Amino acid sequence: MTLRTRLGRAREALGARLADVRGRDEVDAATWDELEEALILADVGVSMSTALLARVRERVGADGVSDGADVIDLLKAEIIGRLDGVDRSLSERASPSVWLFVGVNGVGKTTTIGRLGHLRVSAGRSVVFAAGDTYRAAAVEQLGLWAERAGATVVRGAEGADPSSVVFDAIEHAAARGADLVLADTAGRVHTRRNLMDELAKVRRVAEKGAGSVTETLLVLDATTGQNGLVQARQFTEAADVTGLILTKLDGSARGGIVLAVEGELGIPVKFVGVGEGLDDLVPFDPGEFVDALFEMGE
Amino acid sequence: MFENLTNRFEVILRNIRGKGRLGPDEVEVVLREIRVALLDADVHLGVVQTLQDRIRERALGEELSGVLNPGQQVVRIVLEELTGILGGETMPITFASKPPTVVLLAGLQGSGKTTASAKLARWFKANGRNPLLVGADLDRPAAVEQLRTLAGRIDVPVFSQPGDPVSVAAAGLVEARRLGRDVLICDTAGRLAIDDDLMAEVARIAAVLEPHYTFLVLDAMTGQDAVNVAEAFHQRLELDAVVLTKLDGDARGGAALSVREVVGRPIAFASTGEALEDLEPFHPDRLASRILGMGDIETLIEKAEETFEKEQAEAAAARMLEGTFTLDDFLEQLRQIRRMGPVGDVMQMVPGLGQQIQGAEAELDEHRIDRIEGIIHSMTPDERTDPDVIDGSRRARIAAGSGTQVSEVSRLVRQFREMRKLMKQMGGAGSKGRGRGPKRGRKGRRQGGGGRTTPSGPVKVQNKGLALPGLGGHGVEGAQDLGNPGTFEPGGFLPRS
Ligand SMILES: Nc1nc2c(ncn2[C@@H]2O[C@H](COP(=O)(O)OP(=O)(O)OP(=O)(O)O)[C@@H](O)[C@H]2O)c(=O)[nH]1
Ligand SMILES: Nc1nc2c(ncn2[C@@H]2O[C@H](COP(=O)(O)OP(=O)(O)O)[C@@H](O)[C@H]2O)c(=O)[nH]1
Ligand SMILES: [Mg+2]
Ligand SMILES: [Mg+2]
Repeated sequence: MTLRTRLGRAREALGARLADVRGRDEVDAATWDELEEALILADVGVSMSTALLARVRERVGADGVSDGADVIDLLKAEIIGRLDGVDRSLSERASPSVWLFVGVNGVGKTTTIGRLGHLRVSAGRSVVFAAGDTYRAAAVEQLGLWAERAGATVVRGAEGADPSSVVFDAIEHAAARGADLVLADTAGRVHTRRNLMDELAKVRRVAEKGAGSVTETLLVLDATTGQNGLVQARQFTEAADVTGLILTKLDGSARGGIVLAVEGELGIPVKFVGVGEGLDDLVPFDPGEFVDALFEMGE
Repeated sequence: MFENLTNRFEVILRNIRGKGRLGPDEVEVVLREIRVALLDADVHLGVVQTLQDRIRERALGEELSGVLNPGQQVVRIVLEELTGILGGETMPITFASKPPTVVLLAGLQGSGKTTASAKLARWFKANGRNPLLVGADLDRPAAVEQLRTLAGRIDVPVFSQPGDPVSVAAAGLVEARRLGRDVLICDTAGRLAIDDDLMAEVARIAAVLEPHYTFLVLDAMTGQDAVNVAEAFHQRLELDAVVLTKLDGDARGGAALSVREVVGRPIAFASTGEALEDLEPFHPDRLASRILGMGDIETLIEKAEETFEKEQAEAAAARMLEGTFTLDDFLEQLRQIRRMGPVGDVMQMVPGLGQQIQGAEAELDEHRIDRIEGIIHSMTPDERTDPDVIDGSRRARIAAGSGTQVSEVSRLVRQFREMRKLMKQMGGAGSKGRGRGPKRGRKGRRQGGGGRTTPSGPVKVQNKGLALPGLGGHGVEGAQDLGNPGTFEPGGFLPRS
């Protein structure tokens, strides 16, 4: 097989399976196999896919559906049904409210802060960025550039400083200026590093000690993430009490299906999605759009 | 998780120990479990299907060894298939005859390119080279500062300038030549595989650099999309290898396996942390174990095999002491010796035995063992258990079956009988035998109560080196541990012609 045909095959794999199902006028074993495969290719995971399809099977039996396209619609409806009616707002009930951004390395925490900051500033809020990533090379400069773009101020500590104290200082600073919102960056960390997870727990605790209150702890997940996403969500929740998810890089070819498992199993709602690297490329999560994208046919 | 997998297999396969091979139904059940395990590890669906086919074929065709239980045996097959895909080769890095050797890194946003660039610079420096880092990521805020900071820690110069990444790369090459740097490492901006403009841009960078090595930097946490990404980058850049990052997390890393299978390029380096030292050459076998879920399976399986051999040897030794040692046991001993290498070599390794055997060495060659094996193979199970039943006509049949002389058969049977008698006497000698070579513990320590005849149940034999006199222990290690070579009795038990 040539590379080109392989490339074509892989890329269209998901779409091809769905097109196949859609074109069929009976619902047989192959239909279910192909639906399962489509879900797996979207990183939904075996266990979640099985659960979803079991429900759709029941409905297909009950409704007497025999058309492939209708089965896909039932599957979409099943997923949307699970995502609908969930509160996906970000809370600003404290003054100042503190939103803490956590996640593994390179998922888009800093970029998300820049864009979310931009959204809140545009909505008339006064926003402070806390440069809590004191570890990564040039992380503070990166956040500083985003603060400029977003129209936020940034509070930084020395390189290698204790992130808790940087975040605490930023909250005090915000309170003193009467700012509404503190967006606190943290260094990316893999959840297997015990000491780093403890450090994160401490940031979360210390942030509550001053003038403000942590109203959101947002776990940033990269849409390319596979089944490890669920493990990440569990571990970060344990350490820092995650209240919501941000799903980034959804503009790529990955579909981010793992969030279905995270939301389904841990009850952590997806709040925003990243759809590019620009200032405006962050949008509220919309279940309908997400599910459409999940089932989008190949190009 | 691996343990779960073997446990699951064991439950499924509990009742088939007695059978010679796995049946199609059992194999299908096992394959379903394997499928889930691999998908949970983010192996691409297409690759999983290919793997399932290969595993099915082998599992159906392969005889159950008896050494491993069926569950372990299936795991071994799976493991071998995974390691097969991952490839055994470590990628050799050679240097261009006309420096600089150019290395280009590309990949998705946040995969670890900048860090890997600095790590590679450190690695080249440690190998006596003088690298130059080129910062061609002009998109991401503070990307060049990040690279400069990292490079500062290892004292490697960085070249970058405003403008566009392609001209930065071109100017970087000129700069490397001007400064006489012999390695150039180019960091690039993260890009999506489906972003045609940016993919074309990185292709232009490659065109001006003509890299000797083009690496795709891939995050170990990547899911099913890894294959699309790798294919797209490979199509544009002709990748040489993959740098796999964030292995310090607990993602299984099945994505890397998929990429290896689909793009056919090796994984050259594994990155296991944020510090610049955290880069190592890649070990395919470790990743295979990891994909199946933690633990070093190789070791586990080896242990199982060892334990089995030990149990076998212990049981054989016990039978020996009881006088119920069979020709099958004898054959097994011969096989174990064979596994250790040429017989002469093995014998020479046994302390005290080397000298005594010198004269006999010629007789102990592979050829003789072949003949002995042939003779025993031509016997019925009954004959092997109790050679006393072998009469004249049986001898003739065995000789004909094994292509040997009747006299050879007689000799083997006679000597085996003598040996068995002697062993029985030794077993019966009880504590009188204490302190003799064969009863010493592994480290030469004395152990009490050796040589007892055990009527039933599992037998604990104190001395690994006991086994068959004349053939050394059942393992070189045990044999070397014999406390006092002087008292070891090699005896003349090996049938001689
Ligand atoms: N835990 C861990 N973190 C890593 C590893 N490699 C890189 N990182 C971190 O991952 C994040 C992203 O790494 P970068 O090197 O900036 O990645 P990049 O591909 O250059 O990212 P962009 O330039 O933003 O596309 C940083 O926080 C790094 O410290 C690794 O092996 N393990
Ligand atoms: N295409 C795309 N890239 C993103 C998105 N969000 C972040 N990035 C990029 O991902 C990389 C890592 O982002 P960064 O914010 O530094 O991650 P952090 O390490 O978690 O703070 C950067 O190159 C970002 O530009 C997104 O939604 N889409
Ligand atoms: Mg960051
Ligand atoms: Mg970079």
